[in-house]
Amino acid sequence: MAGPLAGPLPGAGRRTGLGPPPGAAPWPVALAAVLVAVLTVLPLLIVLPGALADGWAEAVDYLARPRIGKLVGNTGMLIAVTVPAAVVVGTLAAWLVERTALPAAGAWRALLLAPLAVPSFVSAYAWVTVAPGLTGFGGAALVTTLAYYPFVFLPVAALLRALDPGDEEVARSLGLSPTAAMVRTVLPRLRPALSGGALLVALHLLAEYGVLEMMRFQTFTTAIMQQYAVGFSDTAGSLLASVLVGLCLVALLLDLVARGRRRVARLGSGTQRRAVPHRLGAWTVPALAFLAALVGAALVVPVVTVVRWLLAGPGPAGLLDGDLLAVTLSTLGLAALGALAATLAAFPGAWLLNRRRSGLTLLLERVTFVASSLPGVVIGLALVTLAVTWVRPLYQTVWLVVLAYAILFLPRAMVSLRAGLAAAPPELSEAARSLGQGGPAVLVRVVLPLMAPAVRTGLVLVALAVSTELTATLLLAPTGMDTLALAFWREASQLDYAAAAPYAAVMIVLSVPLTLLLRRQILEEE
Amino acid sequence: MPTTTRSLLALALALPLALTACGGGAGEPAGGGTSAEEAYEARPDTLQVYSAQHIEVTEAVAEAFTEETGIPTQVRDGQDSSMGHMIVQEGEASPADVFLTENSPAMTVVEREGLLAEVDQGTREQLREDLSPSSGLWVPIAARSTVLVYNPDLISEDELPTSMMDLADPEWAGKWGAAPGGADFQAIVAGMLAERGEEETRAWLESLAENAEVYQNNIATMKAVNAGEVPVGIMYHYYWYRDQAEAGEGSGNTRLHYFGGEDPGAFVSLSAGGVLASSDMPDEAQQFLEYVTGPKGQQALVDSGSMEYAVGEGVESDPALPPLDELEAPAVDPSALNSGTVIELMTDAGIL
Repeated sequence: MAGPLAGPLPGAGRRTGLGPPPGAAPWPVALAAVLVAVLTVLPLLIVLPGALADGWAEAVDYLARPRIGKLVGNTGMLIAVTVPAAVVVGTLAAWLVERTALPAAGAWRALLLAPLAVPSFVSAYAWVTVAPGLTGFGGAALVTTLAYYPFVFLPVAALLRALDPGDEEVARSLGLSPTAAMVRTVLPRLRPALSGGALLVALHLLAEYGVLEMMRFQTFTTAIMQQYAVGFSDTAGSLLASVLVGLCLVALLLDLVARGRRRVARLGSGTQRRAVPHRLGAWTVPALAFLAALVGAALVVPVVTVVRWLLAGPGPAGLLDGDLLAVTLSTLGLAALGALAATLAAFPGAWLLNRRRSGLTLLLERVTFVASSLPGVVIGLALVTLAVTWVRPLYQTVWLVVLAYAILFLPRAMVSLRAGLAAAPPELSEAARSLGQGGPAVLVRVVLPLMAPAVRTGLVLVALAVSTELTATLLLAPTGMDTLALAFWREASQLDYAAAAPYAAVMIVLSVPLTLLLRRQILEEE
Repeated sequence: MPTTTRSLLALALALPLALTACGGGAGEPAGGGTSAEEAYEARPDTLQVYSAQHIEVTEAVAEAFTEETGIPTQVRDGQDSSMGHMIVQEGEASPADVFLTENSPAMTVVEREGLLAEVDQGTREQLREDLSPSSGLWVPIAARSTVLVYNPDLISEDELPTSMMDLADPEWAGKWGAAPGGADFQAIVAGMLAERGEEETRAWLESLAENAEVYQNNIATMKAVNAGEVPVGIMYHYYWYRDQAEAGEGSGNTRLHYFGGEDPGAFVSLSAGGVLASSDMPDEAQQFLEYVTGPKGQQALVDSGSMEYAVGEGVESDPALPPLDELEAPAVDPSALNSGTVIELMTDAGIL
């Protein structure tokens, strides 16, 4: 549930116009950006020394146990199966929708994205009730693939739609078969989208808790939650968290290697054409069957299951009386606070990156992204330790939870803001200045209005992530606070599926705007 | 379509913003009304109850207490072990006034740190004498018995193990389920440790790591036995009775086997209640504990349908349950239960 959802989307941070105007960054902005970066690496600075609290020898002893080997094995096995599965399924689906004469392609595009509106642990809950025997590795791999393939589908579909078909046509004219032409010209260009999608899937897998706990498949994250349960915030938990941090860094590094440096955008003048769709012919039926099976497994099963449990529960009247409304409202409140915090925190960095690109700003950017690809459980554990040990007044307050959300979801806000700043080119600010406006006035009257849609997108992306966040919220929630995800998890882990269903339903309904938003993202790549 | 999308987006965004605005906003934590901050923070003059007991039960009792005394309460929900350690880390500054656990080992964690105030004599006298710890620093508030749940379709009654220790035998490999990650199971192991010693417990845990199917919690274990995934499982009695009292959906195919004979598998675990020495409302906290263990609180426990055993003198538990005195539980001093060693042994065995 952690990780930059919109992080590696192609083109999101693309700059338009000329290079940045010269001059140093205004110091308040630079200071703010540095402060944000420090905040985001705070969890690392707490967890790593915490892991060594009992000394190196103890740490090595603890990590050398067969149990750790089993956790590494389980986590690795899951990544080794789910990441390729999600890449293949997501890419194939994207190609069918964007590049073939698939009947009702527009409807399929929406349906294929829709599973994003279903939190992964709700999907697991559905599969556990539909097929109770489907637990352990098989179930875990199936549910995570179904829940995460849209992370590949989304960037690949957007890129396929945006790619100029010219090269492919040239390759065909030189005698290559359609398949060969695609493999030779299109696939290489998909590399950044594919590796970005794969990275997202891997980071989500490392952070996943709900699905795996429900499927009885243990990984580092489930083990950390277990350590927290037996010891609050002890050395063993920090040690496991440090290993998890290491695994995240490995994933980021692999992505860096896999992404390559090839240029994706088209050069030259003129307007780009849409590619001529490939005819599917005899493949139409298998293609439709594949997409139907995918949508059925990833979307229909969870939605039908939630509705079925809703009907088996106390009924529509019972839904509204209980605390469903109160829990929904407090979730929305938290989502709003989290969204505001993440967006405000992202602002200085995004502005510097867009307007005053330098070694320092790039470093700041990297630091924030690395820290924010940490799983919620690691952030949660670190902030518990931080608050209990050093900042007691923050302990058990809503502000600590909001801080966790800001750290976790900063990249979502950052990506959107940078796209927005690109839409408000510096030349306009210069023009405003030349007309005698001061810096703040330029910001308010010129830059912000142009950025508004992007800011809105960022806010919604973060708010939606917050409304389904589980692990950090579990660790940090103040006394008396309840969220949809917490309430759902409490009921579902008691195996009271009917009582859990209303919370799942509300989470799905709240997430629908996300799907619509992302659908627009594919369409706008044109 | 873009227009619809945009208005939906605007709605999704405006809704939470409007809500926070109503609630006092992010920037004004001290504002009037119920800001997010205020609603979630430990309120002064409100009795802070840290509870690892089932939240519905605690909330029912706390509400009844507030109604009777006018003392407002706020319940923090958690799990035995993490909550015990949380109180230890919070130390003198802990917001908690009262601590209620599901099992007693979490309470002894706090007891050993010297963070508990002595429980009022009057409160202790309301309770069955045989169950309370000698220290007088906490009291039982409910009891639950270890049982073996089994599926008669998969195993006949005469094939059942006579002792829980038998499950360590290789013949039981893959045939039993348990939830060793939970505090309930760890309390049972603490009982075994107190009664059978470290060596035997260690060996048993090693076979568990090897042989048992691991489930998330007692309910999951019971449902697995019910579904025929494993023939037998270790759990507490009351989940079964509770399910039977409803539709029996998760237990219809199962029966319970009580080990008896002072076997570790007949261990009776105590839910515990204590008052924090650091409480800034010590009188109210003592009053709360008195209420929980008194006739009204114990009756509220019985009436809540939790199917745990009442521990108050003269209060009858649910008639569906076999009497507590006939369970032949092993005699273990609850203060002697050592969860720290249990965690170490389980870590060594590769379970945690």
